[in-house]
Amino acid sequence: MNIILAFLAVLVAIIGWWLSRQRLFSKPWLETGVPPMIAEASPVAPQKLGLGVFLAVIGGLFAMLGSAFVLQIDATPWQLVPLPRLVWINTGVLLSSSLFLQFAVTAAKQGEAQLLNWSLAAGALSTLAFLVGQITAWNMLTTSGYVLAGAPAASFFYLITGLHGLHILGGLVAMGAVWLRLARQPEPREAQAAVALCALYWHALLLIWILLLALFTGWGNEFLALCRSVLR
Amino acid sequence: MGDIRHEANAELPPLEVPDVMPPHAHGWWAKYVFSQDAKYIAVQYACTALAIGLVALVLSWLMRLQLGFPGVFDFITPEAYYQFITMHGMIMVIYLLTAIFLGGFGNYLIPLMVGARDMVFPFVNMLSYWIYLLAVLVLVASFFVPGGPTGAGWTLYPPQAILSGTPGGQQAGIVLMLVSLILFIIGFTMGGLNYVVTVLQARTRGMTMMRLPLTIWGIFTATVMALLAFPALFVACVMMLFDRLLGTSFFMPMLVEMGEKLSYGGGSPIAFQHLFWFFGHPEVYIVALPAFGIVSDLIAVHARKNIFGYRMMVWAIVIIGALSFVVWAHHMYVSGMHPWFGYFFATTTLIIAVPTAIKVYNWVLTLWRGDIHLTLPMLFALAFIVTFVNGGLTGLFLGNVVVDVPLSDTMFVVAHFHMVMGVAPIMVIFGAIYHWYPKITGRMLNEAMGQVHFWVTFLGAYAIFFPMHYVGLVGVPRRYYELGEPAFISTPVGGLNAFISVAALIVGAAQILFLFNLGWSLRHGRDAGSNPWRATSLEWQTPDTPPRHGNWGESLPLVYRWAYDYSVPGAAEDFIAQNDPVTPEPPGGRL
Repeated sequence: MNIILAFLAVLVAIIGWWLSRQRLFSKPWLETGVPPMIAEASPVAPQKLGLGVFLAVIGGLFAMLGSAFVLQIDATPWQLVPLPRLVWINTGVLLSSSLFLQFAVTAAKQGEAQLLNWSLAAGALSTLAFLVGQITAWNMLTTSGYVLAGAPAASFFYLITGLHGLHILGGLVAMGAVWLRLARQPEPREAQAAVALCALYWHALLLIWILLLALFTGWGNEFLALCRSVLR
Repeated sequence: MGDIRHEANAELPPLEVPDVMPPHAHGWWAKYVFSQDAKYIAVQYACTALAIGLVALVLSWLMRLQLGFPGVFDFITPEAYYQFITMHGMIMVIYLLTAIFLGGFGNYLIPLMVGARDMVFPFVNMLSYWIYLLAVLVLVASFFVPGGPTGAGWTLYPPQAILSGTPGGQQAGIVLMLVSLILFIIGFTMGGLNYVVTVLQARTRGMTMMRLPLTIWGIFTATVMALLAFPALFVACVMMLFDRLLGTSFFMPMLVEMGEKLSYGGGSPIAFQHLFWFFGHPEVYIVALPAFGIVSDLIAVHARKNIFGYRMMVWAIVIIGALSFVVWAHHMYVSGMHPWFGYFFATTTLIIAVPTAIKVYNWVLTLWRGDIHLTLPMLFALAFIVTFVNGGLTGLFLGNVVVDVPLSDTMFVVAHFHMVMGVAPIMVIFGAIYHWYPKITGRMLNEAMGQVHFWVTFLGAYAIFFPMHYVGLVGVPRRYYELGEPAFISTPVGGLNAFISVAALIVGAAQILFLFNLGWSLRHGRDAGSNPWRATSLEWQTPDTPPRHGNWGESLPLVYRWAYDYSVPGAAEDFIAQNDPVTPEPPGGRL
C-alpha cells in the first residue's frame, strides 16, 4: 500500500497548502461585512479545476492498482512479464501525441486555425496508433504464453494497460467533442481552453503510463523492496 | 461583535464563476425527470435511496425473524439468510447512507448554502443520478436472477465470494453486485466533482470558507475523501470481476473444491482485504462527517446559540478526514498480519478519538445554557450524540488488538457498528429531513407522527442494540444462521434474541409511519413559511419557498457574517441572517 499512501501524501500536501490560504485561524464570529475573496488572485476556470480533481481521482485509481500489484509481489512466486519491444515504441507514440496536443494549444493561442486542426488530427491519430499498438502488444504476449488467466503479473499487465487504454479512449471522445464544436464554430481562440484541457489530460495519462512502465519493468522494484524492508 | 468590520460601501470582490442563470428546462420531462436542477436531483437521489433502504429494512426483519425464532420460518434457508445479510449491509452502507448524504443532502444544500444558482456542471450532475439509479436497478435485478443475489457478506471477501459454496458465487449474483458497485462509483465520481468544484468556486461574495456552515464542511470533506477512497473499491471490484469471469487469479490462491483442484492459483485474498478496507474505513467517515456537520447546524439552530468552537470543529473535520486513511487495517486484526502492523493501526485508530471527542464536547458545550427547543430535529440531534458516544466507546474496545481478537467474530461487533454507523447517522438523516423538509416542500412534517416516529425509533434502537452487545460478550458468533445449543455459550440467549427481533419489527414499522408522513404532509402539512426555524444560513433566505430555478431570483445574496449569529445581544431578533448587513451595537457599547 506504499504507492497509494505516497500518492495521498502528495495530495495532502496540496490540500494542506490550499487550506493554509483559507485563513483557518481567523475568527469568523468577530468579522462582519463582505471581505475580499481569498482566491480572487488566481481564478482557475471551473472546468480546469474539475479536470484537476478528476485527474486526482484517476491518479488514485492507478496508484491503487500499483499498490495491488506490489502487494501481490510478496504473495506469490513473482515473475515479471517480459515486455515486447513494441511497448517502447508505443510509449514514444503516446509521447508524440502529447506533444501534438501541446502544439494544438499553442496554435489555438495564436489563432492559427489550420495548424490547430492538423495538430489535433495528428494527436488523435497518434493516440489511436498507441491504442492499436497496445492491443498488438497484448496479442504478442498472449501468443508467447503470457495469457490473461495465467500468472498474476501477466493478469496485472492486461488489467492495468486495459484500464489505461480505456481512459485514453475516453479522452479521445472528449477530444472529438471539442473538434465537433470547432468544426461548427471555427474560431481557434474560443477553443483554446478546451484544447488546453485535452492537452493536460494527455500529459497526465502519459505521466501515469511512464510510472506504470517503471512498475512493469521492475525499475521501481528495488526502491519498493527498500520500502518494504523498512515496514517489515 | 464585529471586531473586524469590512466597510459596507467597499468595492465588492468579483465572483469566481460568472453569475449566469442555469438554462431553463423546457417541457415536463426535462423539468421533473431529466432535470439538471440540483434540487430535483437531490430529491430524486433521496427518494431512490429511501426506496432501496426500505428493501434493506425488510431484509433486516427477515434476518431477525430467523435469529429470534429459529426453525419457525421455513422459507428462510441458510442460503437466503446469507443473501439477506449481504444485501442488507451493502444497501444500507452504500446505496442508502452514502447516496442520501452526498447525493441527497449534498445536492440540495451545497448550492443553497454557499449562495450559488446551481452546481457548476449541471449536466454531469444529472448523469450522476441516472447512473446511480442504474446501479440500484442492477442491484435489484440480482434478486430476480437464478441463484439470487450474492450471499458473500457485505465485505465480499474472496475466495468464497466467487466459489460455488456461496449463494450467487458461481451464478449471476456476485457479478451483478460488482457491476452495480462499479456503476455506483462512476456515478458518484460525477456528482463528487460537482460538489467539490461548487464549494470551491461557486460560493457567493462574502462566503469565505471559514463562514461556511459546518454542514457544508462535512459534506465537502466527505466528498473529497470519497473521491479518493472509492477508487480502491473500484479496483477491487474490477479485479474480482476478472477473477470471476475471465479466470484470472488476482485474489485466488490455489484451491481444492469438493476434492477437485480449481484452475485458480497464485493470488492473494489478503490483497482484497487491504483494498476493500482502504475504501471501507474512510467510508465510515464519508457517512459520519456529513452527519457531524448537519448535527452541528441542527443543534445551533434549535438551541438558538452559536456553535461552540467553530474553528475547532472545522479542523476536527479535516483531521478526521485525513486520519481515516491510515486506520484501515484495524478491520484486519484477525487476518494474521504482522503484530507491529496491528500496533501501528491500533495507535492511529485511537488517535482519531481525539478530534472526534472534541466535536462531542463542542456539541455539548453548544447545548450548555442554550435556549433548547425540543423540536423533532433537535430530538434526533440529541439522540445522535448519545448514540454516537455509545458506539464510539465500544469502538475503543475493538480498536485494541488484544480485545478485538476474541470479540471480532461476535455479535458485539454487529452491535458496535450498528450503533456508530447505522443508528447514529440515520438519526441525523431523520433530523435533517424534519429540519429541511419545510424548505424543500413548503410544508411542515406532521408533529404527532414525528414524535411517535422519534420515540419508537430511539428507544427501539436501544432495545435492539444494547442487549446485542451482551449477546456478543457471552460469545454468540455473528454470521451464524442458527445457533443451536453450543457448549461455548454459558448463558442461554434465546429469549434475548427473540426480544431483539420483536423490537426490530416495531422499529421497522415506525419507519413506515415516517415514510407515510413524508407523503401525507406533502398535501396536508402545516404551511411552513420561508424560515420556520428562524435560522441564519442562506438556504432559509431564498426569495421563494420552495426555492425556484436559479435559487436567488434577480441577484445573488451577499454574505456579511458567519452562519451562527444566534441570540446576539442587542439584535432585534434572536438570529441575524448571513445576508443581513446590519450588525447591532451591543447594549453598553463596544468593548
